[in-house]
Amino acid sequence: MEYYQSEIIFNQEIAPDIFLMEVTRNKEEIEPGQFFMLKTWRDELTLMRPISVYNVLPKQVQFMYRVAGKGTELLSNAKPGDAIQLLGPLGTGFPYKEVHGEIALLGGGIGIPPLFETAKKLKALNNKLTVYLGFKKELFAIDDFAGVADHLFIASEEGEEGYRGFITDLLRPEKFDAVFTCGPEVMMEKVWRMCKEKQVPVWLSMERRMACGIGACLGCNCDTIHGTVRACKEGPVFSGDVLVF
Amino acid sequence: MKNKLETIINGVKFKNPIIAASGCYGFGREYNELYDISLLGGISSKGLTLEPRQGNKGIRIWETASGMMNSVGLQNPGVHRFIEEELPWMRKHDTVIIANLGGSLIEDYIEGINLLNKTEVNMIELNISCPNVKTGGMALGIKADIAFEAVKLCKQASKKPLMVKLSPNAENIIEMAQACEAAGADSLSLVNTFNAMAVDVRNKKAVFNNTYAGLSGAAIKPIALRMVHQVCKNVKIPVVGLGGIYTLEDILSFIMVGATAVQVGTANFNEPNILPTLIQQLEQYCEEEKLNHISDIQGII
Ligand SMILES: Cc1cc2nc3c(=O)[nH]c(=O)nc-3n(C[C@H](O)[C@H](O)[C@H](O)COP(=O)(O)OP(=O)(O)OC[C@H]3O[C@@H](n4cnc5c(N)ncnc54)[C@H](O)[C@@H]3O)c2cc1C
Ligand SMILES: Cc1cc2nc3c(=O)[nH]c(=O)nc-3n(C[C@H](O)[C@H](O)[C@H](O)COP(=O)(O)O)c2cc1C
Ligand code: FES
Repeated sequence: MEYYQSEIIFNQEIAPDIFLMEVTRNKEEIEPGQFFMLKTWRDELTLMRPISVYNVLPKQVQFMYRVAGKGTELLSNAKPGDAIQLLGPLGTGFPYKEVHGEIALLGGGIGIPPLFETAKKLKALNNKLTVYLGFKKELFAIDDFAGVADHLFIASEEGEEGYRGFITDLLRPEKFDAVFTCGPEVMMEKVWRMCKEKQVPVWLSMERRMACGIGACLGCNCDTIHGTVRACKEGPVFSGDVLVF
Repeated sequence: MKNKLETIINGVKFKNPIIAASGCYGFGREYNELYDISLLGGISSKGLTLEPRQGNKGIRIWETASGMMNSVGLQNPGVHRFIEEELPWMRKHDTVIIANLGGSLIEDYIEGINLLNKTEVNMIELNISCPNVKTGGMALGIKADIAFEAVKLCKQASKKPLMVKLSPNAENIIEMAQACEAAGADSLSLVNTFNAMAVDVRNKKAVFNNTYAGLSGAAIKPIALRMVHQVCKNVKIPVVGLGGIYTLEDILSFIMVGATAVQVGTANFNEPNILPTLIQQLEQYCEEEKLNHISDIQGII
């Protein structure tokens, strides 16, 4: 973990309210599913914002985020060349080295970003990848995933493309050796139940409000069979065997 | 060169008057990955209770204009595990260790103190002000006569210097400070968080399961400063000031109104390496202003 200032290379709106931002980075090792605390402000906001790593490049890192409020709006206003503060990489990511064979990645909405770097890493280890992406309406990141997935399924609740409905309708967990998921908690709970029923190992990336992001404030409580743990340190990715819904 | 920042409180020597505030810094392990925590004047531990606690359910963090609310609810490993697992690690670092002790029953406070007496912690900070635990914290820190009895018993038990951390929710902050002094408190720290509330209008309910939560950060600084000023004018024991400190100017303000030292909490989240920056700025200030010692400006207002 490091705290440093880096520079924005680009910051583009790739779909309505969805931005892809590339910034320079230090040489730290970044694991898929990890995140950074980010800010482009000093006094306007009290807290930095947790954003997952979307794509790790040799000297850059990309983030994909949705404008959800004031912090992400300020992020979206940043221009190439502007300074950005990075704290990270943080947390425990997806255990991509521990799984082998047929792997499913299931992402819903703005839970999709952490799955891309994960997909790249899984593919590099010769796993077979099936990617399920669920959207409310507008699609994003499809082309990137199409480049690494062996099979790609798309669902949209209100949009024109792909299956019309929930992405979880398409999932057949029994076909896989492991499932990784990130998205709205109701969606992940569904995935967790489906996998439990078929006894398929599942890992979930949990979202919590965070103040420090590094494990010091205990603000990001997650319930597990081992008691309350920190989503920013022991998580955000947890095994379905330990999580309690 | 004489150390212009070295500060002594109740016989305990601090390298500088800047202390990490309780609950915002864990036991120092995480921030030590960013910088050497030995540079700090001191660290006030996460609030400890006699028994381990899981803390509150539901949302614990809510950002507000120039601040934040928290409802962590004293999640902590308990005094025993603190002594076995955290303290030996903390002790390896050359900084003052303050055990922040909270609770809901006076007997638990006393038993916690008895355990801490036998350890290498330098001081005990008695948190009689945590607003998050429904049973105890609040009640002790609100009424001066109740605080007096509790602090007296704790002081009798304590072999360590006892700093009492005041709640800004006290009925009367001056009477509260005087009651703690009269009960034998060796020093005071203030303020803890302000009792506050947020509503989730979309879901039409209170944000926090406990309805109320503690407000901290820049938003509370002017009120915290007023309270520290009032208390410094009315007690003789050392006062440690905190509440919304982010900048060198904030630190100087608290010292000028009478604080011997300061604590920094929420600002660590905004700027993870704020503490080393502030220490360096304070050193530089002493040089530029040609002070003999930082205490030259203490209580000048
Ligand atoms: C580990 C982790 C990874 C994340 N990765 C991504 C990502 O890759 N892309 C992306 O678009 N979003 C991601 N998020 C969610 C993102 O952090 C929030 O959308 C963002 O903090 C909202 O801030 P805001 O100021 O725009 O919104 P506001 O609602 O104004 O924020 C107010 C406060 O609430 C917090 N907050 C609000 N919504 C959330 C939320 N859903 N989760 C956590 N905290 C929240 C903010 O951090 C802030 O402290 C991630 C969250 C976590 C915990
Ligand atoms: C997340 C969080 C947890 C806290 N936990 C404790 C605690 O366990 N014990 C305590 O005495 N104060 C606790 N506090 C209060 C702080 O130590 C401090 O008194 C308060 O936040 C005001 O200072 P600040 O504005 O610099 O943060 C906590 C504050 C925050 C933000
Ligand atoms: S955000 Fe502070 S402990 Fe997780």
